[in-house]
Amino acid sequence: MERKLTCIICPLGCELTVQLEDKEILDISGHTCPRGKAYAEAECTAPTRTLTTTVRCSDGSLVPVKTQTPIPKEKMSECMEILNGVTAALPLAIGDVIVEDVFGSKVVATQNKP
Amino acid sequence: MYDVTVIGAGVVGGLVARELSRYKLKICILEAENDVAMGATKANSAIVHAGFDAKEGSLKALLNVRGCEMMEELCNELGVRYSNNGSMVVAFNDEERETLQMLLQRGIANNVPDLRIVEKEELHKMEPKLSEDVICALLAPSAGIVCPYGLAISAVGNAMDNGAELRCNFKVNAIEKTENGYTVSSESGSVTTKYVINCAGMNSDIVAQMVGDNSFNIHARRGEYILLDRESDKLVNHTIFRTPSKMGKGILITPTVHENLLLGPTSFDISDKEDKDTTAAGFAAIIKSTNESTKFIPFHTTITSFCGLRSVGSTGDFIINSPVKGFINAAGIESPGLTSSPAIAEYIAEMLREDGLEMIPDPAFNPTRKSYDAFRNASEEEKNRIIKENPAYGKIVCRCEGVTEGEIIEAIHRNPQPRDLDGVKRRTRAQMGRCQGGFCGPYVVELLSKELGIPYESVTKFGRKSVINFEKTKGGQSE
Amino acid sequence: MKDLVIIGGGPAGMSAAIAAYESGLRDILILERDEHLGGILQQCIHNGFGLHKFGEELTGPEYAWKYEKKIIDLGIEYKLNTMVLSVSENKVVTATNSTDGIFQIKAKAIILAMGCRERSKGALNIAGSRPAGIFSAGTAQKYVNMKGYLPGKNIVILGSGDIGLIMARRMTLEGAKVHAVCELMPYSGGLARNIEQCLNDFGIPLKLSHTIIQIHGKDRVEGVTIAEVDGNRKPIPGTEEYIACDTILFSVGLIPENELSQSANVSLSRITNGAVVDQDRQTSVEGVFACGNVLHVHDLVDYVSDEAEIAGKAAVEYINKNTDAELQIVLKTDGKIRYTVPQVITKKKDVAVYFRVSNIYKNVVIKVTDGDKLILSKKKIKVAPGEMESVALKKEMLENVKELCFSLEEV
Repeated sequence: MERKLTCIICPLGCELTVQLEDKEILDISGHTCPRGKAYAEAECTAPTRTLTTTVRCSDGSLVPVKTQTPIPKEKMSECMEILNGVTAALPLAIGDVIVEDVFGSKVVATQNKP
Repeated sequence: MYDVTVIGAGVVGGLVARELSRYKLKICILEAENDVAMGATKANSAIVHAGFDAKEGSLKALLNVRGCEMMEELCNELGVRYSNNGSMVVAFNDEERETLQMLLQRGIANNVPDLRIVEKEELHKMEPKLSEDVICALLAPSAGIVCPYGLAISAVGNAMDNGAELRCNFKVNAIEKTENGYTVSSESGSVTTKYVINCAGMNSDIVAQMVGDNSFNIHARRGEYILLDRESDKLVNHTIFRTPSKMGKGILITPTVHENLLLGPTSFDISDKEDKDTTAAGFAAIIKSTNESTKFIPFHTTITSFCGLRSVGSTGDFIINSPVKGFINAAGIESPGLTSSPAIAEYIAEMLREDGLEMIPDPAFNPTRKSYDAFRNASEEEKNRIIKENPAYGKIVCRCEGVTEGEIIEAIHRNPQPRDLDGVKRRTRAQMGRCQGGFCGPYVVELLSKELGIPYESVTKFGRKSVINFEKTKGGQSE
Repeated sequence: MKDLVIIGGGPAGMSAAIAAYESGLRDILILERDEHLGGILQQCIHNGFGLHKFGEELTGPEYAWKYEKKIIDLGIEYKLNTMVLSVSENKVVTATNSTDGIFQIKAKAIILAMGCRERSKGALNIAGSRPAGIFSAGTAQKYVNMKGYLPGKNIVILGSGDIGLIMARRMTLEGAKVHAVCELMPYSGGLARNIEQCLNDFGIPLKLSHTIIQIHGKDRVEGVTIAEVDGNRKPIPGTEEYIACDTILFSVGLIPENELSQSANVSLSRITNGAVVDQDRQTSVEGVFACGNVLHVHDLVDYVSDEAEIAGKAAVEYINKNTDAELQIVLKTDGKIRYTVPQVITKKKDVAVYFRVSNIYKNVVIKVTDGDKLILSKKKIKVAPGEMESVALKKEMLENVKELCFSLEEV
């Protein structure tokens, strides 16, 4: 089986072609860097995404956050639900951990909040 | 009990209330919508017509010429933008030239001052961007342009400053005769009053029917417009009309008092009195007509398009009468209704006087009112003095039109108070510019929420169900 | 009196200020209209910024902080909540804020870095009503990401620019349903990766060659009628489809905000809607420079920073009077290349020329010629209007050149 993908690693957006047999990858082409190849592999076996969203702070305002590492793609909406229930204590600096572990990743602040 | 209740806070109702507020009268203004100036007043050509269109001897002719005469001083008193830019009706051929001659004669009969026909050479010196195909024009130096919603807002505001009361979201659904007047009711309550003035615009036939007057009806005529960005107003100096035909006055090109260029209206009778849809055919008609009249219209600077509804009466003239004791109609106020509105107010005051209403001048009456443009028009020195006193005037909220936070907050607290985004827009011009509120919209929502003490997500665009935001995210409760 | 006044404290203004500082200038002032530095980056909470500049994937606020921190550490002066009202040709800046009131500053050099705004729905003459629920994508982004309110639950997006795509995902994550993204052109103006991760990940249909022909709803949006368009972008009768929705987001292009540039009499390009500049990003008014989205709309902030560094350094050279023109080479384009920045080269130095193409082309050669003489050629597998391209001209190539023509040939 052949699977066509658009690489999301960088703005180049390379068009990748993956040759698959069942779940085994036979060949990857179209990538222009090793990270593209890794993306294609992950996308065909266990796709992941970095989630960026916001979390409500103790004063009612918002702080933007991200998962520090990509999480399983199918867990994004579940992760949103978890983060919607979180209240972050202030002050916050970029990189401060807001949640220790959601689906294998820390959730960190991406903005400084006094 | 009120002495006079005015139904409808458009430019006619507003000026009627303002005229009556000169006297020791208890006045109430009832408005169906969330703000004043929500009907034909907010979407029309904004022209002060000279008065050569209406037939000799008609109420339209009489009140138009009088209204045109009154407009400049009135606008000065109320702090409303007005410009006496003059108008031209352009002719492309001899048949149209004949029509201009007829209009000239009619204008003279109507007592329009200084009317004359301008020939091609002089015409193109006056308006170099007009099409070479234009052969002559009827020039009316007394014509002008005005901010129509500004006039209504300031008229209602001035009436309120002088004691009148305004009730918005009061959609009249019944009028009952009482011993010495009427009870006017809506879903949200009722008022009792000696006199009722029906200035309900599109719905004035329905209001008249509530007291048994079935003598006329009103239908809607769609008028679509395209508005171009500031600077484009320099295309023409005068308001440029096409020669009228059986199809009406046609599509005009005019600078506005806010330095935009306004193109329109189309003219199409419709049955739904609330259908303010623009149409692809309407846009095409505006583009075609205005391209014929001029050499080049910078359509790439379009900032918005909109549709207004004229309330067209079944009699062909303004319907200003008293069908039953204590009830006066001011209905069918289509073009030149805006121009005529100050004269209509005067006319109705006279009707009330003749009917025996005791009208004692109120010595406390103040005819003037601070303009919403006061800060904008101040000198730099004066602005700095104001900013020092109130730093909010140093902060620009609307970058396209240069409107400060101080001006917006002040407008929110003045009579008549805006309760929605469009209300702030019409008073201050914040969101009126080229980005159409893209940048300042969220900030104006915040100011309305804070100043009126209402939840952020309950702020609307124009009342009713026109909410901007549905809810706070993350299941959050509103602050 | 200031040596350098920078108008705008977004990515362009901050980067220009740092570059100027690093070139030895100290008397620098940034005027920023918003309440924070960073400009629009602060509401772009998604990642994908900084790969080119920092080799890592940053979110908008993180990218902004890299520069903001440096501005603070270097002690570069800036004023927030300060709106510039006008700039004169002799470099007097008039601005206002709550603490200083209206004030004037005379500058030796000025860098214009005001950014851009979104083209509004109003500019499009779409038939129908004008209810609540019509937003440009960036406005919706502000409501969701900065204010924490949901401006729509059932959404149709017109325009597949990156902001529209990003907002499709963002609104979906916050619980809204995006029914379709319609794109007038037969291709998307957004990055391929964004179509993949913002639309395909969530099963949101992208309808190419489609537009909204009518808006329905009196108070709040109730629906849209969309239709397919032909090669002339005219709706094809019979293809109309009604989609019920409560919100329409517009992502139909960005317009450089050059009202201040006009007040300073800066010549503007009708194609980029930004200033005409030389290799130093100097405009037609001596000592007035422009960079970032006010000059031409970029797709990557990294390139904004690069460009601003050029302007920042050059402004210092100008202040130090090292600015005499050595050359006057005009850069021209064929129809397939829409524009170049810079449009003029006046100095014998290495110059990176950025450009955009007018359509999607595959297997092309980009040629730079002086009359019949080929100066440079570059092969590309694919070029698209949404993605900025560049070529590097070496100073040796500029020897005895009068005019450079940029053309694109399909192989």
